[in-house]
Amino acid sequence: MARITASLYTSHIPAVGAAFDLGKTKEDYWKPVFAGYDFDKLWMKTHKPDVIVAVYNDHATAFSLAMIPTFAIMTGPEFNPADEGYGARPVPTIIGDPELASHIASEVIQQDFDLTMVNEIDVDHGLTVPLSCVFGEVEEWPCKIIPFAVNVVQHPVPSGARCFALGQAIGKAIMSYPEDIDVHIWGTGGMSHQLQGPRAGLINKEWDNRFLDRLIDDPEGLSKTPNIEYVREAGSEGIELVMWLVARGAMADVVAGGAKPKVAHRFYHVPASNTAVGHLILENAA
Amino acid sequence: MALDKEFTQIPGTTVFDADQSRKGYWLNQFCMSLMKADNRARFKADERLYLDEWKMSEEQKQAVLARDLNRCIELGGNIYFLAKIGATDGKSFQQMAGGMTGMTEQEYRDMMIKGGRKIDGNRRIGEHGDAQRPRKDV
Repeated sequence: MARITASLYTSHIPAVGAAFDLGKTKEDYWKPVFAGYDFDKLWMKTHKPDVIVAVYNDHATAFSLAMIPTFAIMTGPEFNPADEGYGARPVPTIIGDPELASHIASEVIQQDFDLTMVNEIDVDHGLTVPLSCVFGEVEEWPCKIIPFAVNVVQHPVPSGARCFALGQAIGKAIMSYPEDIDVHIWGTGGMSHQLQGPRAGLINKEWDNRFLDRLIDDPEGLSKTPNIEYVREAGSEGIELVMWLVARGAMADVVAGGAKPKVAHRFYHVPASNTAVGHLILENAA
Repeated sequence: MALDKEFTQIPGTTVFDADQSRKGYWLNQFCMSLMKADNRARFKADERLYLDEWKMSEEQKQAVLARDLNRCIELGGNIYFLAKIGATDGKSFQQMAGGMTGMTEQEYRDMMIKGGRKIDGNRRIGEHGDAQRPRKDV
């Protein structure tokens, strides 16, 4: 049967992708940001999954106001990096896993989460920046990736509690998949940032770090945080953090009464462009 | 169930909800059109002519022509859509975000390097933080 071996959490800042693509990772401004992901390259040598379910949001790239799915799973075979107005990022095509994605969709919809299924979509920085941070510069991504989009652009966006419950449904679905594979689930976006209005530039270090603490130790309690608190305390775009609860909900201590996950890596840095960078890796016990 | 009223009580912040989305539909869809190079070229060649192809209000068109992003947001724009105008103009997200604060580009960049804007005094309208100062656009 399939196993969820780890969950990984990271910001997905577009400027980080631009710095990566333009070879600026060693510059003084960017060096401390990318240093936070050095651990990942070593860790991946022994913890590389067969498939990643990567929870992200589209930033008015593939989903315009013409359609806004609250939860969308990408069931297609491959996805190209999107041109977000600056040209497509020069990173590999994402290879999906249509069999596992369809299985998850089927199981999760029958657990009353009404997912949208998407077979053709270009994926934006929300998905490709985490991949670049974690894997670095590669000819091809080292595993299959199932993108999973959450609407965090138009309110009301799903609550943390709903995202946490969705994670549990996805976790159960993966554990019932008959193939003998290792799966990671990633939550991306955040941490505190606001990109609009006179309050732009907001960073809330204390709130972010408490979020990380509670994500590790008290995810269920954290999931009850109302959406207004994310917007007020972590900025209008800090609401992206609800997506981290999807990944956390799929871990063994939540889904299967297992042990608390091990904190393999934790990193926090301000700033990258307008945003606080947070990164966490949690391992399920073997 | 309407959105919690508290969303309107955060200073210097407009929450993009279904009402704003309806109001800003064509403004945002115009922005989406700028993801195509041909459209960017046509827009740059004659902005007014290009804007007139869209069912936007005159106020929305004026706000775009003036690159007044705070006004665009007030009129239903969303930053992820408006960012396509910034990309057309060759601006980064930091330049766009900073441009809405009344700070210079350097002041904003320095603020971010020093740890960003503080939350204290900026949680609710009527407190005394730096996001509460009178906006230039109103």
